[in-house]
Amino acid sequence: MNRPKTWFLLFVALIAVCARYQDAINPYYFDILITIGINIILGVGLNLVTGYTGQFSLGHAGFMAVGAYLSASVTVFLAPHWLPALGGGAAGETVLFVFALTAGGFGAAVAGLAVGVPSLRLKGDYLAIVTLGFAEIIRVLLQNMEVVGGSRGLSIPVRSTGLFGTYLAAGITVYVVVLLVHSTYGRGFLTVRDDEIAAEAMGINTTKYKVIAFVVAAFFAGIAGGLYAHFKQFITPEGFGYLKSVDIVVIVILGGMGNTPGVILAAILLTILPEGLRALSGWEVLPGGLRGIIKNRMILYSLLLIVLMLTRPQGLFSTGGKLTQWWRATKRRGRA
Amino acid sequence: MTEFLQQLINGLSLGSIYALIALGYTMVYGVLKFINFAHGDVYMVGAFAGMYLAPWVWKVIPQGSDPSRFSWHTAGGALAILLLSMTLCAMLGVVIERLVYRPLRERPRLTVLITAIGVSIFLEYFGQYLFGADPQLFPEILPDRVIDGLGDLTLSVNQVIVFVVTLLLLAALCFIVLKTKIGTAMRALSYNPVAASLMGINNDVVIAFTFGLGSALAAAAAILNAINYPAYSIDPFMGILPGIKAFVAAVLGGIGNLPGAVVGGLILGVLETLVVGYVSPMYRDAIAFAVLIAILLFKPNGLLGRAEKEKV
Repeated sequence: MNRPKTWFLLFVALIAVCARYQDAINPYYFDILITIGINIILGVGLNLVTGYTGQFSLGHAGFMAVGAYLSASVTVFLAPHWLPALGGGAAGETVLFVFALTAGGFGAAVAGLAVGVPSLRLKGDYLAIVTLGFAEIIRVLLQNMEVVGGSRGLSIPVRSTGLFGTYLAAGITVYVVVLLVHSTYGRGFLTVRDDEIAAEAMGINTTKYKVIAFVVAAFFAGIAGGLYAHFKQFITPEGFGYLKSVDIVVIVILGGMGNTPGVILAAILLTILPEGLRALSGWEVLPGGLRGIIKNRMILYSLLLIVLMLTRPQGLFSTGGKLTQWWRATKRRGRA
Repeated sequence: MTEFLQQLINGLSLGSIYALIALGYTMVYGVLKFINFAHGDVYMVGAFAGMYLAPWVWKVIPQGSDPSRFSWHTAGGALAILLLSMTLCAMLGVVIERLVYRPLRERPRLTVLITAIGVSIFLEYFGQYLFGADPQLFPEILPDRVIDGLGDLTLSVNQVIVFVVTLLLLAALCFIVLKTKIGTAMRALSYNPVAASLMGINNDVVIAFTFGLGSALAAAAAILNAINYPAYSIDPFMGILPGIKAFVAAVLGGIGNLPGAVVGGLILGVLETLVVGYVSPMYRDAIAFAVLIAILLFKPNGLLGRAEKEKV
């Protein structure tokens, strides 16, 4: 048994135990926990594109929207017909929920393919704007789709997302991304990021690797969207706008591009931070102006982004290889 | 035919606004080879600066008993608001460049791009904190009147004024870029920054000047837009969409190419008006993205841009 698999199975066992006590958790903390899980999926997925492959996408929320709407549609429109055929009950509902999530994931992956093939020929700034444009187009289309409620939004009757489902999905995301990065494909992603021209000269089909990273990330964003829809039970196209994409980008950059543990930490931190700030902004001791700034988390996020880029572009949780270097040096010294 | 002419006029006046913003993108791209994502938000700051400056200006230049009638006082007031807002935004542009972009000049492009997005979000949300999130009505700084005797065509005095002012600004820009010393330095820098600095050009000064110039044009676009449309409402997020559209205009004309930005802006303005008029207003904002995707797929260097080989 190899190491990632052991860790993954241990993790699944752990969350299975924890999920038994799901009902004992205070709803407020439960909400935060689920949001953390969803943000981990989104961040780790986008990290594959931005961190490992070096392609900057500003449209990740668009894929989340596709997943959310598709899985919600399965639950709203298909489930009432299919549930009796499955024998009803909790088992049938679980099967349908998994099917809805998978459908959302694959729908988002197809959208990712459709967006990625034309736009991944572009680089840097252009790619950022084009992905942003595609996400906006997805949003406008959803707004004008009356079947799913248009801009009024769509309600989902059942709350299927739980602790186990969310963290199982998060675990699978991390597992797949870690394995992918250490595979031949992972080498392909890294060469594309490090030097695209050299990679091309070595005969690597750079567009292929970019599209693969993009489609996998879109798939997980779709899953995250499905989980989100079945948790909040109400979705609107506005909820998946440009600023949601920026949120995910901030998670990846804060965690450190190409640093999966860092991104997980960042997802946790950035989900808890606004809650802590909200509590802080109610603190009467602080002057009113400062409290206003604290309450607006985006002011702090943007400052964080700028300061981080100026001082630590490798992210908050990256040691920049210094720790490993130090460890190796110590070992070498010990041997000598 | 009259309807088409009318759409054309409206499109050109919208396009001239896009052109002014697009010039800022293209000039910064020319000297630094990066896209200043925060440019659209400088446009927003220009609009708010104009709104807050207007009462002060009117204290100095009294508007007379009837401000709804055109007089030299109203014209002078509008001009003062325009120039003051341009100055303020030029200063903002220089400060942003000095504080944020200059320390990052030698860094990877992705780092600079992320920082630019950070600056953009900061301006939006700090604007929301300062000015409030609700849209506010821009004061009427220049009374408007429809020109008579054109048959079915509606053309207002202000549309003509905006057009003339845009042309004057373009002429001034042409003069600066082509005839002055700093303009020559700008062109030298965009051609080859290393060689330019070897020839004794202070790159830092030229880049700061370029940012100032571009930001001033964005502010001018904001004020002219307010003059052009009566009951113009502004909010802290108003810069995002015009910013993106102006960027599309710059890419359409060939990024880094000044006449290209103007041509791209006008084409995009006319195209958008025609789509709204003849197809559906629903696609108003989608058309810019469609144009962008098409141009990047079929002619990535833009209409007037030159193909550049990537050197290893």
